[in-house]
Amino acid sequence: MKWLQTYWWKVLCVVLIFYTFWAGLLNDVPRLPILNESIRNLYFHVPMWFAMVGLLFMAFLYSIKYLSSKNIEYDIKAKSYTEIGFFMGLIGISTGSVWARFTWGAWWIDDPKLHGAAIGILIYLAYFILRNSSNNQTLIARFAAVYSIFAFVNFIIFIFILPRLTASLHPGNGGNPAFSQYDLDNNMRLVFYPAVLGFLILGIWLSSLLHRIHILQKKYDEQSL
Amino acid sequence: MMNKVFSFLCLLLLSAKTQAQEPMAEQFRADGKIYVVLAVISIILLVFFIILFRLDRKIKKQEESLKS
Repeated sequence: MKWLQTYWWKVLCVVLIFYTFWAGLLNDVPRLPILNESIRNLYFHVPMWFAMVGLLFMAFLYSIKYLSSKNIEYDIKAKSYTEIGFFMGLIGISTGSVWARFTWGAWWIDDPKLHGAAIGILIYLAYFILRNSSNNQTLIARFAAVYSIFAFVNFIIFIFILPRLTASLHPGNGGNPAFSQYDLDNNMRLVFYPAVLGFLILGIWLSSLLHRIHILQKKYDEQSL
Repeated sequence: MMNKVFSFLCLLLLSAKTQAQEPMAEQFRADGKIYVVLAVISIILLVFFIILFRLDRKIKKQEESLKS
């Protein structure tokens, strides 16, 4: 993966993130009741989750690749993507909680989407516990890859499918309109899509750095043996 | 007749409500304080990305020294 070490897409990431913050805070937004200015959270909370799903999807793909090829590099890649994806999930949930406190009046409510997100965090927490459960690298890699595949599929069901089937307060589920309600003038889309791209690329960058660190660690361990 | 007057008054009241502006942070922006927020955020982002680029370069150096 030589291109991963080039710099152009990292510079793009920096530009996109700066743009997201600047345009996100300075541009006009629709005037909606209850949300007021906090609608700008759309540029930060939602892209964090989108980036997380993107990263966990990459982990899912690399897990499948590992199981079909038994190349340990793919497993290390999957692990790196999951680590950064999990971290972004934590950010997503905490930013959502803060947003909820000021719009819904509580840090957490009894809601299918929120419960789904919390279950997703727990699922991936269990993934890391599984990873650390043994010293046998190949065994762990195989277990983790299988678990990762099931984890991702279930995660998608918990945060995207189940909440839409029942009543939910969270936008985009249970009869609530999602983004189409907010992008009344398409001005928000102008910042939202670059924001998603920016945070996704940031996630990939962090994952690639973590992956390279893991590989270096492995090589040092092999050399010292 | 009273019904008509009543419904007309209701319509007037309703239209007045929808025309009312939702409170936004205009005063905050008029004072220019939003730029203070942006400056703080920009400094944080700048430092974060400088650290990230340096980390990237450090890892690259390690990989090259390991290859040789």
